[in-house]
Amino acid sequence: MNMTIVEKILSRASGRSNLKPGDVVEPAIDLAMSHENGALVINQFLQIFEGTPLDPKVWDASKIAIIFDHRVPAESSKTASNQKKIREFVNRQFIDKFHDIRGDVGGICHQILPESGYVRPGCVVVGTDSHTTSHGALGAFSFGIGATEMASVWALGKALNVEVPPTIKVNVTGAFPTFVGPKDFILHLIGKISAQGANFRVIEYHGETIRDMTTSGRLVICNMSVEAGATSGIVPPDEETIRYLREEAGVQDSLDMVVPDAGANYDEVINIDVSKLEPQIACPHTVDNIKGIKDVSGTKIDQVVIGSCTNGRLDDLEMAARVIRGKKIARNIRMLVFPASGRIYSQALGKGLIGDFMTAGAVVMNPGCGPCLGIHEGALGDGEVALSTTNRNFKGRMGNPTAEVYLCSPVVAAASAVAGVITDPRKGVN
Amino acid sequence: MAKVIFTVGDDISTDIIYPGRYMATVLPEETPQFAFADNPDFNARLLSLKKNHQSVIVAGENFGCGSSREQAVSTLKGHEVIIVAKSIARIFLQNSVNLGLKIILAPDNEASEDDELEISQDRVLNTTTGKSFQVEPLPKSRREIIEAGGLISYTRARLLKDRSLQLSEIE
Ligand code: SF4
Repeated sequence: MNMTIVEKILSRASGRSNLKPGDVVEPAIDLAMSHENGALVINQFLQIFEGTPLDPKVWDASKIAIIFDHRVPAESSKTASNQKKIREFVNRQFIDKFHDIRGDVGGICHQILPESGYVRPGCVVVGTDSHTTSHGALGAFSFGIGATEMASVWALGKALNVEVPPTIKVNVTGAFPTFVGPKDFILHLIGKISAQGANFRVIEYHGETIRDMTTSGRLVICNMSVEAGATSGIVPPDEETIRYLREEAGVQDSLDMVVPDAGANYDEVINIDVSKLEPQIACPHTVDNIKGIKDVSGTKIDQVVIGSCTNGRLDDLEMAARVIRGKKIARNIRMLVFPASGRIYSQALGKGLIGDFMTAGAVVMNPGCGPCLGIHEGALGDGEVALSTTNRNFKGRMGNPTAEVYLCSPVVAAASAVAGVITDPRKGVN
Repeated sequence: MAKVIFTVGDDISTDIIYPGRYMATVLPEETPQFAFADNPDFNARLLSLKKNHQSVIVAGENFGCGSSREQAVSTLKGHEVIIVAKSIARIFLQNSVNLGLKIILAPDNEASEDDELEISQDRVLNTTTGKSFQVEPLPKSRREIIEAGGLISYTRARLLKDRSLQLSEIE
């Protein structure tokens, strides 16, 4: 039987052939990722062993990754204590894929996993974070789960009761116009199919535009696939995947290039031509409330955020810096830049981008999630408006339920920071 | 008989159910205080629920979308409310099954605050309006976890079974 890429991956991971959507499988897990919510996972994990004669040991310490990113450095003593509890567990269980708050190997989980070479094509990856969909960019089947389910994975090494999801095939064609890129494409797709348009399904990305896209761009679209409700987004691995893993992630060993069969069964096929796409903006308070930039330009903003697991990579910073170089951000604007990892921070420093941002008046923050989820480092005031390269604009997301968040690409964010209002980067910035 | 204490529309995210700023609170028993914290009115109503109440939150499509935070489920589970939704986002649904939050999928459901509902295996009867709505059953794989009393006990049983199998193989 011809299978989609996820059907193939699940069939290998669960030792079953001829899988079809709706079948229930128990795939072996290749990588299980958590962040600060590892504190809850530990709690649930220990409960599983309660009343049994068994020692609470994780099934395979080498397949567990824990990355501190959501609240770094700790914003409260409560968080600091949770982090301490996790560190102790990591030491006891000999978990070495642990990324503490550090300038060299620290950063956001969805950047650390790819750049450290932890994710390979054909892998099954689970994470206690909904944006675990990101890692489909490297041809893995990667999806978000809750903390209790992760505790179960830590104990058993497999995910129980996984239903094989139907797959949507999205064919992307055309070359991006200037100042339009992967973020605009994925916002456009979410607007088109809605925040629940891909619920319980996987999106498989195909087409020349995807083939020409770097892994960084593919991470953007897989990251945000969950905003359309998708279980995961996935790009069949190709030469670019190999290049990224060899050159940027330092992976030496042989790769298992699982690709979908020709003639696989898709639940739906969507074709999108990006050659005429304009910059896209997600307006408050849902990610599928998408408008073309001309409908919102001129909107007054108070804070601009560049960063997150969606758009805090080197190419994002480069594009933003190019727009901002030699200019000043508008008065009354606060601009916060969060490189997605320590490595990216160093690279940006080497290229002079950090200097460009600072000279323009932006504040460059430590790698991490920053204000993306509204805990610290840049919460919004009452009624304030943010323009952000992050992935969610739900009410209260940046820490204040009376504030508004607009989502956009890094170039739009940078051009708007200079202008002080939402601005079309194609119009030029004075 | 269960009473509708709150109705919400489509796409209610986990940020609304359990705002991100309370995420340092992780232990399930400590999370109920922050349920719908940005809606102080409703939060207060939840906190004042009497024991053995039968209270329902009625939701539209895609309830619990967004982040995978399990606090969004444990906070509601702590109040022992029942969720009747047209549809529920994947991770929230799985977390509910895992933690034992009672969820009912009724794709055509209509109800307003204060309506009385009679909920059974296959339908929701709104006794206030007299209308009855079909319930979509959860897949068998998920019902197994619910019947085991949640994922922790389900996994515990599996673990013991798996390990004894391995022991017998060694012997
Ligand atoms: S940057 Fe935002 S969306 Fe990404 S992992 Fe952190 S909190 Fe989640």
